[in-house]
Amino acid sequence: MRLFTLRRDIVCREAVELVTDYLEGKLSGREARAFEAHLKACDGCDEYVRQVRATIEILGNVQPEDLAPGTRQGLMELYREYKGG
Amino acid sequence: MRAPYAAGVSDEDLVRRLRAGDESAFSEVINAYHPSMVRLAMSFVPSRAVAEDVAQDTWLAVLRGIDNFEGRSSLKTWIFHILANRARSTGVREQRSLAVDLGDEASVDRRRFDEKGAWSDPPAPWSDEIVERLSSGPFLAQVQEAISRLPDAQRAVVTLRDLDGLSSKEVYDVLGISEANQRVLLHRGRSRIRAIFEDEVVKR
Repeated sequence: MRLFTLRRDIVCREAVELVTDYLEGKLSGREARAFEAHLKACDGCDEYVRQVRATIEILGNVQPEDLAPGTRQGLMELYREYKGG
Repeated sequence: MRAPYAAGVSDEDLVRRLRAGDESAFSEVINAYHPSMVRLAMSFVPSRAVAEDVAQDTWLAVLRGIDNFEGRSSLKTWIFHILANRARSTGVREQRSLAVDLGDEASVDRRRFDEKGAWSDPPAPWSDEIVERLSSGPFLAQVQEAISRLPDAQRAVVTLRDLDGLSSKEVYDVLGISEANQRVLLHRGRSRIRAIFEDEVVKR
């Protein structure tokens, strides 16, 4: 997604759309430097990126549910049927 | 992210034991992946019951196919790939599919910027303890609820990337979408969740 060209400075409304490309290493060297320069100069965008990073970390801490005993039992029966049959 | 198996257990080891018909290996893989598989299947099919059926069918396909597993991807990605294919075709039969809507969608409400595009209502700082606070106790349900509100395709990508810890390549392989679409969906999903946290969770 390219919403701007770097002939001019990035504005905040554009910067928030580049966060994932930046975090994924998909900006070119020049683009990444312009993005970082913007963060240095802009408290709002710097905080915004910190919040996206925090969001990713929070999502990473969500554990899948444990396997319910009934489901486990059903799957083990399926396994034995498959092996037996 | 939970470590997939007990420490020191490798894919090679598990595959060898599965091929040998070792029941404890099957027990380990269902423990590690079944709940995540049902979670993923629900992005494609209309109900939890159907998602459970798809996951169960996937295990049979895994048992039938394990001799042909070549180890070019991780065991987890291989299993998720089978699951996603099955869930997709089931979803089509059930007239539901993982629509990738790439229409215009702003990460932040545009009214928060002035006419030049600079913040007029910048985000209020989050405390340093926010990650810890939202990762436990009463907030966990709110985090899960926020994820559940994402459009299906965004939820599938965010779940695989950020909750299940797959790489970007693994995610677009598993879901059969392009790398660029994967990144757009990830961006939109994460942006929406940040906004939900900001509006509904952090302020309280």
